[in-house]
Amino acid sequence: MHLTRYAIDVHGLSKSFNGTRVLKQIDFSVSSGSIFALLGPNGAGKTTIIHILSTLLNADAGSVFIDGHDVSASKEEVKQLISLTGQYAAVDELLTAQENLIMMGRLFGLKAVVAKQRALTLLQQFDLVDAAHKTVRTFSGGMRRRLDLAVSIIVKKPILFLDEPTTGLDTVSRRALWAMICALKAQGTTIFLTTQYLEEADQLADHIAFISNGRIVAQGTADELKAQINQDIIELRNEHNEMLQEIPTDGTIQQLKQRIDELIDHVPAQTRIRIRRPSMDDVFLSVTDRRKEEINHEQ
Amino acid sequence: MNNESLKSSVWVAQLIFIQRSIRHSIRNTDAMIMAIALPILLMLLFTYVFGGAIDPSGNYVTYVVPGTILLCAGFGSSSVAVDVAQDMTNGIIDRFRTMSVRSLDVINGHVVASVLRNLLATTLVIGVALLIGFRTEASFLQWLGAIGIITLFIFTFTWLFAAIGMMASGPSAAGGYGFVLLFLPYLSSAFVPTNTMPGWLRGIADHQPITPITETIRSLLNDSPLHTNGWWSLGWCGGLLLVAFVLSAWSFQRKSGRR
Ligand SMILES: Nc1ncnc2c1ncn2[C@@H]1O[C@H](COP(=O)(O)OP(=O)(O)OP(=O)(O)O)[C@@H](O)[C@H]1O
Ligand SMILES: [Mg+2]
Repeated sequence: MHLTRYAIDVHGLSKSFNGTRVLKQIDFSVSSGSIFALLGPNGAGKTTIIHILSTLLNADAGSVFIDGHDVSASKEEVKQLISLTGQYAAVDELLTAQENLIMMGRLFGLKAVVAKQRALTLLQQFDLVDAAHKTVRTFSGGMRRRLDLAVSIIVKKPILFLDEPTTGLDTVSRRALWAMICALKAQGTTIFLTTQYLEEADQLADHIAFISNGRIVAQGTADELKAQINQDIIELRNEHNEMLQEIPTDGTIQQLKQRIDELIDHVPAQTRIRIRRPSMDDVFLSVTDRRKEEINHEQ
Repeated sequence: MNNESLKSSVWVAQLIFIQRSIRHSIRNTDAMIMAIALPILLMLLFTYVFGGAIDPSGNYVTYVVPGTILLCAGFGSSSVAVDVAQDMTNGIIDRFRTMSVRSLDVINGHVVASVLRNLLATTLVIGVALLIGFRTEASFLQWLGAIGIITLFIFTFTWLFAAIGMMASGPSAAGGYGFVLLFLPYLSSAFVPTNTMPGWLRGIADHQPITPITETIRSLLNDSPLHTNGWWSLGWCGGLLLVAFVLSAWSFQRKSGRR
């Protein structure tokens, strides 16, 4: 049993696939009832983390506690507390939307009548009423995704895992989904989501962790992260005002001179230079780049 | 936070998966039509095209019906390999696994649907056979025995195909491996007596499951001596079932650790 009851508490989590280290000493914790966003590029290890937290995969080292239960020792207890929407829609292609919802509801232990009632509500909420009786194989990617999400909340579990929930959704659906995630949080659900979109993490999450190459390179609230990176950005553009390069700088004369000296022989003389404040994207890029430099130094 | 329910009871889960697989069967119209039409066409082909040459007396249809039933059941159950492989590669199995659903229930669903689907197809094949001249003097008990052994065969082969589906890397690979099993009826006494085959081939044909199972059905329907074929059939089915269970369990374990 753990003393502080985080909804999710992870220490020293490591995982290798065929000798390649995919997760390296991951630490983070998620407070009950909050939204936690794991933000990272392709191949960073987001899905692997979600799979370990949701009992699908065993870790090589480290500890994972879900609401005080050790995931490696108490899989069945953990399964009672969680619901997962994987990265790729996991719905039954040959069943209709409504049949999918009812089937999952019943597997979660709902009575037939209740499952049907829930299914109808969710079909409405996720704008799938017209498609309720069509088989999923005729669905568009976005419809599939919405159904997938609906399925994962047909029974409200205390902890919800969402692996890139809005990838492939159009702007309207994305906003609608954000609203739904906030509503779930308001009802007390703890939400752990992964995303590649900084804006999404910025909008939704109480706490954000950047992951790159299997390491958490920065974490905190959105404001903390922005403040933590007190770097400006040097933009280099050509005469047609097309972006050539973006380089982080601490803004001191010394470093600016050094950067310009480094560049002067490598870019055309017409190149224009501008210095601006960082966006969340820059925060992300600078953190991951810094990390790469550190790794290069280590080697 | 209201944690509404624990989980569905084992029986409910099992029934849900059976219902799911039956819906799949009904909606997979192409596979269903193929599974029924192909054996009937083959039976017509054997009876009218080859039958005259194989047995000029015109009784070939009576000889070939048991084999055709097995061929039909083989075809019909082979789609389970693809169904299971699809479940394994599609994210849906991951979702089930986070829901305390037992993988066995998912496979059982496919197996039960396959048995029902194949019994329906078998009935149709027997119906067509009767129309084109198949005659039997079998008693009620002999019919019951024949249906029993056919059901056991369908069950066994469905499980074998399910195991293939579990082990294959994906649906198309599963379809390919499954295809190999479908040659077994041709290398047996299903279409011609094994004593017409060259010695080496006869060795194979006499020592594979389809031959004793065909002979068992034949002796029940045509009231000919059973010899030890009944026991051999039961033994083969029992052994193959065991192999299929072990392979499925083993490959599920292996795959779930990796994914
Ligand atoms: N089963 C596996 N076997 C071998 N390597 C794997 C396996 N699963 C993942 N990997 C590797 O682990 C790394 C992290 O993969 P993961 O799927 O966790 O990334 P991700 O952050 O989810 O990426 P994406 O944004 O593309 O979904 C990748 O380099 C991937 O190739
Ligand atoms: Mg991923």
